[in-house]
Amino acid sequence: MNDAFGLPSRIVVLGGGSEIGQAIVAAIVAEKPADVVLAGRTPVTLPDVPAARSLERIEFDATATESHGAFFDSLFAAGDVDLVVLAFGVVGEQAVAEQDPAAAVEIAMTNYVGAVSSLTHVSTRLAAQGHGTIVVLSSVAGQKARRSNSVYGSSKAGLDAFTEGLQLASLGTGVGVIHVRPGFVKTKMTANLKAAPFATTAEAVATAVVAELGKGNRTVWVPAILRPVMWLIRAMPPRVLRSL
Amino acid sequence: MGSETESARRLLTGWGRTAPSAAEVIRPATTEALVSALSRRPARGVIARGLGRSYGDVAQNGGGTVLDMTGLDAIHAFDPDQGTITVAAGCSLAALLDRVVAAGWFLPVTPGTRFVTVGGAIACDVHGKNHHRDGSFGEHVTALTLLTASGDMLDLTPEGTPDEFWATVGGLGLTGIVISATIQLLRVDSSAIRVDTERTADLAETFAKLRASDDTYRYSVAWLDCAAAGRLGRGIAIQGDHATRDEVDSVPPVPGLKPRISSPRWLSLAPILRSPAISILNEVHFRRARTAAGQIEAIEPFFYPLDAVGDWNRMYGRGGFLQYQFVVPLDREDVVHTALELLHRERIRSTLAVLKRFGPGSRAPLSFPMLGWTLALDIALPAPRAARVLAAIDEHVAESGGRVYLAKDSRLRQELVDVMNPRLPEWNTVRRRLDPDGVFQQDLARRLGLTGASP
Ligand SMILES: Cc1cc2nc3c(=O)[nH]c(=O)nc-3n(C[C@H](O)[C@H](O)[C@H](O)COP(=O)(O)OP(=O)(O)OC[C@H]3O[C@@H](n4cnc5c(N)ncnc54)[C@H](O)[C@@H]3O)c2cc1C
Ligand SMILES: NC(=O)c1ccc[n+]([C@@H]2O[C@H](COP(=O)([O-])OP(=O)(O)OC[C@H]3O[C@@H](n4cnc5c(N)ncnc54)[C@H](OP(=O)(O)O)[C@@H]3O)[C@@H](O)[C@H]2O)c1
Repeated sequence: MNDAFGLPSRIVVLGGGSEIGQAIVAAIVAEKPADVVLAGRTPVTLPDVPAARSLERIEFDATATESHGAFFDSLFAAGDVDLVVLAFGVVGEQAVAEQDPAAAVEIAMTNYVGAVSSLTHVSTRLAAQGHGTIVVLSSVAGQKARRSNSVYGSSKAGLDAFTEGLQLASLGTGVGVIHVRPGFVKTKMTANLKAAPFATTAEAVATAVVAELGKGNRTVWVPAILRPVMWLIRAMPPRVLRSL
Repeated sequence: MGSETESARRLLTGWGRTAPSAAEVIRPATTEALVSALSRRPARGVIARGLGRSYGDVAQNGGGTVLDMTGLDAIHAFDPDQGTITVAAGCSLAALLDRVVAAGWFLPVTPGTRFVTVGGAIACDVHGKNHHRDGSFGEHVTALTLLTASGDMLDLTPEGTPDEFWATVGGLGLTGIVISATIQLLRVDSSAIRVDTERTADLAETFAKLRASDDTYRYSVAWLDCAAAGRLGRGIAIQGDHATRDEVDSVPPVPGLKPRISSPRWLSLAPILRSPAISILNEVHFRRARTAAGQIEAIEPFFYPLDAVGDWNRMYGRGGFLQYQFVVPLDREDVVHTALELLHRERIRSTLAVLKRFGPGSRAPLSFPMLGWTLALDIALPAPRAARVLAAIDEHVAESGGRVYLAKDSRLRQELVDVMNPRLPEWNTVRRRLDPDGVFQQDLARRLGLTGASP
């Protein structure tokens, strides 16, 4: 059960190796100890969560959608899940993805299809238990196609729209969806990329998420300035955008 | 409010309006409908709900069934000579007062609102301003009928079936559904109260005042000002007794069955009870209270000042609020002091803080009151540092041998539940006997792991 502060007793991170996911979990258990389940492709490589009340590392592949039913059944059979962080994602390489359909499909399969499958499994089960929070990490990249990352951006645009729909559908069910739109976050995902303006940290994303717990459906931009910035960028003529 | 049994999936919260969960809410119009709803044994269980005046999630059952008991509110029998009354559990204390006051009787124990049901008052073993004298609500219940998970109706009494009776008193609805109860009322000469009010300069003086004069009054509490820097714990001791008939000029009014003023829905969009407002309110309240002796007050202003306005919890806005109440042994006044200091230092403002000295606890293993000092406070949410600060106060409370009031809880850490409730295993033994399959479930029990391995 979530408490009056929206702090959960049992947390599941899909894409448990995600640095942003880890930062979110660390920030939550610092407020209140909880049972933590990290789910990822290679469980042995999943990190430790020092302040967790208990820690489980289990195998989960976002793209293996046919296995999701059994996976989520056993996850929920072990007890209520109060908070799910959808943290998996791949950024891919734009230059490769533009030429290699398989590379483009992998990005779409992970970030969009894998997320759609996971979120559908999660939201129906949370609605059945009558309570719970879902944190979705979409991205500002989904707000406007850019030459440098449009394949990734398109997958996040799909996830973004799907998440907006999830918020509408979850009204009155006891489930709250925190929709996070981070800008450039310095993690291993972006280690090889040149930092974009307004670059932020996983910890900053985590702080923003914790501040929204227990408030139902929320949408957060990190940093907050990106909201007006993206509004401006969306309004820009293609001629200007082409160079971004 | 029809006489038909209604059923719908609804979002429920406690009075603090936090942590909502959706459940199938059934409002049985007859005992048969109640029994049949229970016999369906839904996967995520069943819990009874009264008027939802518990602040936290004790009357919620996410994904399961919630039985709204307010449709079963009959007054079965009232003996005006003996002062005993038998009512259906959904009967409110307001309706009870309405019936008995004119005959010269009063509630033996009443919480700070009359809009609670008898079932809720038993399940939380509620206390009032007279706890130091008269104990808790359950101690005035002479018999009750419990509908158990198997569908049996058990007639329980404190002497005949002590295990089941006392596990149900304070049992948070987890032993079964109270169908009806018989209560021994308090004989009063007049329902009006003769009140003495005295201002105190700081916490030490407040403690001293209550310690010195509590025993000479039936009702005694202190209201604390938490917003005053430097004068932490200054307050107003409010103490009284039922007035004699010749002390009152006219028959004091019996408060009605509904609040006199209702709050509009939009109030939650324009929260009033936020921080700067709280400081001002506290200051005004404190200055207004003059030291006065022998003032005659009617039932509502003395017992139920908040009941005048309906749905006042909306004034806290969409974030809602929480109520935090703990008790510590008499010789641990220091914990109360530490609590106020921590809250003050972290700038967590409380709208209302009440200090009271409890008498000895009841025989119920899960009952909250015990000999000691109890402090209750309201905290508006969101309050960024409150989770950690309250957790720190909990540690002091647990270490002192005290506990937090579960009927009001919405945020306690599971790790402290066993320490604070040493008789929990004993209670669980009886509970399991009454409900071996764990049919009775609720959000609070899940959150705190109250019933052992969480189902
Ligand atoms: C303004 C205000 C002041 C208050 N002051 C005090 C006070 O001074 N002292 C105090 O002790 N408390 C106080 N309370 C708390 C309140 O008295 C208790 O929470 C009380 O239990 C609420 O009763 P209810 O009918 O609203 O029950 P609910 O809140 O609906 O339910 C409370 C519990 O009772 C159980 N329950 C309800 N009906 C039944 C039944 N028929 N059979 C079995 N279980 C049942 C529920 O399952 C739940 O566990 C106050 C609350 C408010 C809002
Ligand atoms: N970093 C940013 O700038 C930024 C900005 C906006 C949004 N985001 C989004 O935020 C989320 C977290 O990003 P991050 O920065 O924390 O990246 P990260 O540290 O690289 O984490 C991503 C995680 O996803 C996992 N993953 C990839 N494919 C998977 C699959 N098929 N099944 C299961 N797990 C899989 C990876 O696990 P493996 O170890 O198995 O590869 C990795 O642990 C992502 O969705 C990302 O798109 C990031």
